[in-house]
Amino acid sequence: MVGMIKGRAFVYGANIDTDQIYPGGYLDLTDPELVAQHAMERVDPDFVKEVKPGDMIVAGANFGCGSSREHAAVTLKASGIAVVLAESFARIFYRNAINLGLPLLVCPGIASLVKRGDLLSVDLAAGAVINRSSGATVTAQPLSTYVMAILENGGVKPMIRKQRGLLVEG
Amino acid sequence: MHAVEKILARAAGREEVGTGEIVNCTVDLAGINDLYLQTLRSFAEMGGQKVHDPRKVVMFMDHFAPASTITQADNQKQFRAFCREQGIDLLMDIDQGVCHQILADKGLVRPGMLAVVTDSHTTTHGAFGAFGTGVGATDLAIILITGQLWFRVPEVIRINLEGNIGAGVYAKDIILKVIGTLGADYCVYRAVEFTGPLLENLGISERMTLCNMTTEMGAKTAYIQPDHVTFDFLRDKVKLESPGVTTDPGYHYAAEHSFDVTGLKPQVAAPHSVDNVADITEYLGRPINQAFLGTCTGGRVEDLAVAARILTGRHVHPRTRFIVVPASKGVFLEAMAKGYIQILVEAGATFVTPSCAACLGTHQGILAAGETCITASSRNFPGRMGHAEAEIFVASPASVAAAALEGKIADPAQYLT
Repeated sequence: MVGMIKGRAFVYGANIDTDQIYPGGYLDLTDPELVAQHAMERVDPDFVKEVKPGDMIVAGANFGCGSSREHAAVTLKASGIAVVLAESFARIFYRNAINLGLPLLVCPGIASLVKRGDLLSVDLAAGAVINRSSGATVTAQPLSTYVMAILENGGVKPMIRKQRGLLVEG
Repeated sequence: MHAVEKILARAAGREEVGTGEIVNCTVDLAGINDLYLQTLRSFAEMGGQKVHDPRKVVMFMDHFAPASTITQADNQKQFRAFCREQGIDLLMDIDQGVCHQILADKGLVRPGMLAVVTDSHTTTHGAFGAFGTGVGATDLAIILITGQLWFRVPEVIRINLEGNIGAGVYAKDIILKVIGTLGADYCVYRAVEFTGPLLENLGISERMTLCNMTTEMGAKTAYIQPDHVTFDFLRDKVKLESPGVTTDPGYHYAAEHSFDVTGLKPQVAAPHSVDNVADITEYLGRPINQAFLGTCTGGRVEDLAVAARILTGRHVHPRTRFIVVPASKGVFLEAMAKGYIQILVEAGATFVTPSCAACLGTHQGILAAGETCITASSRNFPGRMGHAEAEIFVASPASVAAAALEGKIADPAQYLT
């Protein structure tokens, strides 16, 4: 989960809210594979057809604003999104994604440096983002020690299980 | 320290906390909404067996009340079973209304408390001098298991309100003006405190609307220092054990803004962003297919009262659907006793059971492509209330009622002087 990631970018603007990421009409669904079928439906109807495991989302400020729905993080993770890079994140979305082990990096200025389909490489620990298609580089704000610990555990659920002495898998 | 820092410090068992610090806090009230079956899934996935303190947990059947699909019905069934198994007595079933209004009606959130609900508008409880904040399903499941959750101590932004409110202008207009001025992401990760002489003129209902809408500028929590308005409201409902906490003199705010509301016109947030705010006069005459009055933002007794005042002896425009949803059973009963329900039904309103209803586009008033809605709720994101090509204007309950009457966006002041 934590380390060097390479992938293709989907690029969106500012204030992409959770209703656009995952519309309210599907909130009764819980299984991740069903939730993934509606990812980004209100902002990019082609996303579900095009997304492949390892792809990345790049966005402007306040990504994930609006509702507290964890579905917004679940739908991206279950779609195979490896990391979300945005100029800033709404706080509940931020917590939800990190809890699921979906890395997010705050990357000032990134929205104007990446086009849809660009190939990016991301070093999570160092916060280094390189656009391999254009050569542009961005330095992300460092992840807090606490967030890093959650990601290194593969999300908060394995971490809590480990803390409670329940973790059996490696 | 600021009052919100003192709340976190007390909850963390600490003398002091500092801005930016991450602290583990014991949560005083944890609320689950029926949208998020994942809460129970995450509870099980983390090995949860017994809820840490079921007396602190409230289960709300509000977003899907009553169920419209088999999946919704099954989710609610699982929640009811969980409450029975775990001894969670505070099950607010589909007759009760929207979580935040229920908590207010029953006096369940009091000054100085740390209240966490799986709903982004939990900032509403700043109206009671509490630290209210929304989280996702898995964070709430962690609270169910451990009784605690981590928080980053936020910076606090002070918003000072002063001046005289004109006819047809309400707290909703004021907070829309604030959001339009500062932007939808201005308060991300930060807390907002409202201060100033105007608060003296704002009752609990309007204070709840102010705090509720801070979510739409990204705030982690909102806060209003409890005063006689707060204590008078709560004393009718509960025995107050604590007056809450106060901010130390000389506390340094991250930013301070002052808004003079004298001369402020009614405001609207135009499609498709809550910070796309303008004077209502810029949109006068825009045809409206649906006017929506309700939710934790705009479905209280005072909101139904102003709608009834505007519509007494009048009728909703034939082109317009007027959907009214009391925010809670308590609101419904009080509005009924005061005659507002009779007036609104006679005027052509369509009533929906107390709940979140169409606010989040799940049921009970969904918009078709090309339709335009004016709403007393909080959000106008693309597709929020139905089709992505529907347009949503966010406004005050008075402006919603005036639009229902005229079939187009109208200035409510003419009906209120």
